[in-house]
Amino acid sequence: MSGMRGLSVFISDIRNCQNKEAERLRVDKELGNIRTCFKNDKGLTPYKKKKYVWKMLYIHMLGYDVDFGHMEAVSLISAPKYPEKQVGYIVTSCLLNENHDFLRLAINAVRNDIIGRNETYQCLALTLVGNIGGREFAESLAPDVQKLLISSSCRPLVRKKAALCLLRLFRKNPDVVNADGWADRMAQLLDERDLGVLTSSMSLLVSLVSNDYEGYSSCLPKCVKILERLARNQDVPQEYTYYGIPSPWLQVKTMRALQYFPTIEDPSTRRSLFEVLQRILMGTDVVKNVNKNNASHAVLFEALSLVMHLNAEKEMMSQCVALLGKFISVREPNIRYLGLENMTRMLMITDAQDIIKKHQPQIITSLKDPDISIRRRALDLLYGMCDVSNAKGIVEELLQYLSTAEFSMREELSLKAAILAEKFAPDLSWYVDVILQLIDNAGDFVSDDIWFRVVQFVTNNEDLQPYAASKVREYMDKIAIHETMVKVSAYILGEYGHLLARRPGCSARELFGILHEKLPTVSSPTIPLLLSTYAKLLMHAQPPDIELQKQIWNVFKKYESSIDVEIQQRAVEYFELSKKGAALMDVLAEMPKFPERQSSLIKKVEDVEDTADQSAIKLRAQQLPSNALVLADPQPVNGTPPPLKVPSISGIKLDHESASQTQSQPNGDLSKAQSQIPSADLVGEMVDSLAIEAPPVDMGSHQRVYREEDGIPDEVDGTAIVPIGDQANKVEPIGNITERFNALCLKDSGVLYEDPYIQIGVKAEWRGHHGRLVLFLGNKVTSPLTSVQALILPPAHLKLELSLVPDTIPPRAQVQCPLEVMNIRPSRDVAVLDFSYKFGTSMVSAKLRLPAVLNKFLQPLQLTSEEFFPQWRSLSGPPLKLQEVVRGVRPLSLPEMENLFNSFRVTICPGLDPNPNNLVASTTFYSENTRPMLCLARIETDPADRTQLRLTVASGDSTLTFELKEFIKEQLIAIPMGSRALVPAVPVPAAPLAQPPSPAVDANDPGAMLAGLL
Amino acid sequence: MYVYSRRRRRKIERSERGRKMGIRFILMVNKQGQTRLAQYYEWLTLEERRALEGEIVRKCLARNDQQCSFVEHRNYKIVYRRYASLFFMVGVDDDENELAILEFIHLLVETMDKHFGNVCELDIMFHLEKAHFMLEEMVMNGCIVETSKANILSPIQLMDKAH
Repeated sequence: MSGMRGLSVFISDIRNCQNKEAERLRVDKELGNIRTCFKNDKGLTPYKKKKYVWKMLYIHMLGYDVDFGHMEAVSLISAPKYPEKQVGYIVTSCLLNENHDFLRLAINAVRNDIIGRNETYQCLALTLVGNIGGREFAESLAPDVQKLLISSSCRPLVRKKAALCLLRLFRKNPDVVNADGWADRMAQLLDERDLGVLTSSMSLLVSLVSNDYEGYSSCLPKCVKILERLARNQDVPQEYTYYGIPSPWLQVKTMRALQYFPTIEDPSTRRSLFEVLQRILMGTDVVKNVNKNNASHAVLFEALSLVMHLNAEKEMMSQCVALLGKFISVREPNIRYLGLENMTRMLMITDAQDIIKKHQPQIITSLKDPDISIRRRALDLLYGMCDVSNAKGIVEELLQYLSTAEFSMREELSLKAAILAEKFAPDLSWYVDVILQLIDNAGDFVSDDIWFRVVQFVTNNEDLQPYAASKVREYMDKIAIHETMVKVSAYILGEYGHLLARRPGCSARELFGILHEKLPTVSSPTIPLLLSTYAKLLMHAQPPDIELQKQIWNVFKKYESSIDVEIQQRAVEYFELSKKGAALMDVLAEMPKFPERQSSLIKKVEDVEDTADQSAIKLRAQQLPSNALVLADPQPVNGTPPPLKVPSISGIKLDHESASQTQSQPNGDLSKAQSQIPSADLVGEMVDSLAIEAPPVDMGSHQRVYREEDGIPDEVDGTAIVPIGDQANKVEPIGNITERFNALCLKDSGVLYEDPYIQIGVKAEWRGHHGRLVLFLGNKVTSPLTSVQALILPPAHLKLELSLVPDTIPPRAQVQCPLEVMNIRPSRDVAVLDFSYKFGTSMVSAKLRLPAVLNKFLQPLQLTSEEFFPQWRSLSGPPLKLQEVVRGVRPLSLPEMENLFNSFRVTICPGLDPNPNNLVASTTFYSENTRPMLCLARIETDPADRTQLRLTVASGDSTLTFELKEFIKEQLIAIPMGSRALVPAVPVPAAPLAQPPSPAVDANDPGAMLAGLL
Repeated sequence: MYVYSRRRRRKIERSERGRKMGIRFILMVNKQGQTRLAQYYEWLTLEERRALEGEIVRKCLARNDQQCSFVEHRNYKIVYRRYASLFFMVGVDDDENELAILEFIHLLVETMDKHFGNVCELDIMFHLEKAHFMLEEMVMNGCIVETSKANILSPIQLMDKAH
């Protein structure tokens, strides 16, 4: 070390230390030495100071606390000579942070160096500020730094440091760089030829753009130019070419900057960029030289990211997926890792999931890779790509992998398996199987939340109880089982063991015997659980079992004096209670159902996962936002907002016929007008790209006749947009609201409402009696929509919770408002969304029916004849089985009718009815009151007269039977017609909900006879 | 598309909080786990550094050549490369371009090679200040400043001449 012998000696000494203790002694000695020198020798030469300060840095690096001498390091900054100054700057930035008091003392010295004439001093000062400068520096130095950055007299070596220094100052205080004043200069900076200045300016740009992309839009074409320059290797000095590749780092950074612009509007810029990207995608070959290969693939992966971000044409996207598919199966581990990582990012893109699913076998292979980094990526990807269609396969793989996975991954793995099993279970018994297997395979890693959750499910689902009880009973036969398994089994057998009473080996006494065997193996927190189970077993033993009672009482007596208070108390209380007989029944009654809530597991994953964005879980979890989220509109503004339309009718109540005519007329005109406006469907495209399928706005089709008898308030129809302000300013909806609603009744995503200013899209997910609707409120115009209000008018049978709707929707932004739905009991009533907003001075309001209708709570179910007929027979007549002859039915062929039924999730069971003119169908209905309830239906058609048929509906709940029958009837009569002439809808008198009418069955009717035979 | 832009949006939120900075630290550690150089671009207390270095070194040292060069640790991603007895480890944000960082390590090694001529662990140990000078020319505030070896080395060469 040039001229610092003392330092070299010290380093050698440290190196020769035999152990950590010796090292510590040597370090302590040196620290003492330095301290005395600093203290006593006031006239320490800069050379000596330099030497000591380096030693301090060295000691600090070794991990020892250096709590003195900071002042000396800082004071070197003002030393007159370069070598001392340099040490002062470097060591200060290593030892201190921005909050350190000593740093304030240096501000002036630093500023003097920055504005001084010596460019090497400028560099040192800029670097220090760039590394540790805080707010104070930002306020006092920003203008000077900006001046240096754009100065034409300044050499690149100073300017490149000024760029990153400014970046630091901007992060500390964003106000120091204002887009209005700086954007043009930034754009000019990007014309720079020097690649060093460009590299650091690009980092600055990334930060600025991420904060305000609109302000810096003028930089976008420049970035594309730089990329072109590099990709074509034009004017790139040799020293910036790395293994033949023009600065891969600048290429990567430039593509990163481009990813902060939501979109590229200018067609020629977009074209140039795509040319470059295409060239990178196609032209990157695998080469032998590792460094070259890595560098070119660094560029390639960034290009992939950019292509995904830009939502390129389908062709290019599939090129990307193909590349990734190739990468995940190569031998080179780095590329394999990155392939998996980027595929996980790709999951975010609509349409990509299906292609990614094709690679599932390869991804599963990666789950068994010897490298944990790769396995983690594979796990994340599998977790992200899991849905109902592949859940079984993926979860089974995870379970299998669990037994061989290293400990550090098991907890995460079991949590993920549990969540997937819960989220995507095709049936609940499978879910129970998975969780029990999970406990059996990796009990130590199964947190309490997981087994609490399965207990919750079993308690809330009666059908599941005997299954779960028999399943845990099987596990109890195993010789060694995990304590968690003992807990679940004890709980479930205590509650539901009696459901198995008739099976061999499942009498109360036998259950007690097998559980009690486990007691010596469990820890004391589990014993109280077992005691409760014993008490319940005793209560359920029918007829009372004296022998069992004796045994259990013995156990209670034994624990009466346990030192564990919980155990003791339970033993004493259960013993006393069990002597009282009837009181025991009350106290130990079956546990009530748990209130439904969001799975605590998912929350847990969010907490556990620290790797933020990276993890697909987190992304997924955040796709289910708990609050409204404002999104920037990525689409270009390529048209003026459609002009206001003067309404041709006002929202006066009209009688049926005239209403249908007058209504369809203006709507027809409107649709013509709409097709002439280029931007009218812009938000539609936007919603489309949001994975929401916009319904085809079929202008030719005719709207459904609106019938008051439907029991739906009149004002919710298309004419109901009642402007509060001046009639002349009335805003007309685009498209037919009723049709949109009807379409949404049969599918789960699409547009609910649209007018020239706003589009409301809906996306829904249904699961049992729960539903989640997300309303996408998209502002189509370039000014904000204010006073936005959304109120839900819920019918009595639905519980609805709408998250906060923001008061304002920013220009061309989209806001998401999730809406939680819970179905309490069967009803055809419809929830209404009372929506209003202000555009300029005009107030627009609409009452919109929400597609949370009866059929959404149906789950398709296909039965075999062995399953169907016993049920059909057991539901023998009104009020559980209702029959009605329906006339005025829209003529449909049998296959058409089958499709119709299947579309609202009432599944046709083909071949069950011997008469080919008849259909039988089945479905499951979910509501809180009925829980899963089987529904059966039979339709007897008359081949001679297709406008009438006989409908029979049966279920275990009279209200449900009635409501479902009425619902099917509505569908048969009132579906949108092919031609307007064919609208002879026969109003069906609605009966009061509480008293389902018993329709008279004509005993002479041959159809009725047949029904009796069925 | 929209999910993606939300992702960007969240990124924006994060950068507003000043968290995104690319390179968070650079470590050079030998096979025995002794630190030869440590440069942090975010402030960590000494205890945090000690713990972090210990955990990372243990993780990386346990890996073999057939495994990839990336290790996930807490909210960092470690990109590492081994040269003879010395490990170069760079901690980055999780969405940094990993291969670009991997080659940046190589660029750093080539630069040191150019200066020292066949650089070895001892060169870095006994010329810690030079290693710091080079790093200072290459990285600032967690961002890459310069990738031209000639430009990186010119201030050091100037200084050597002056002596």
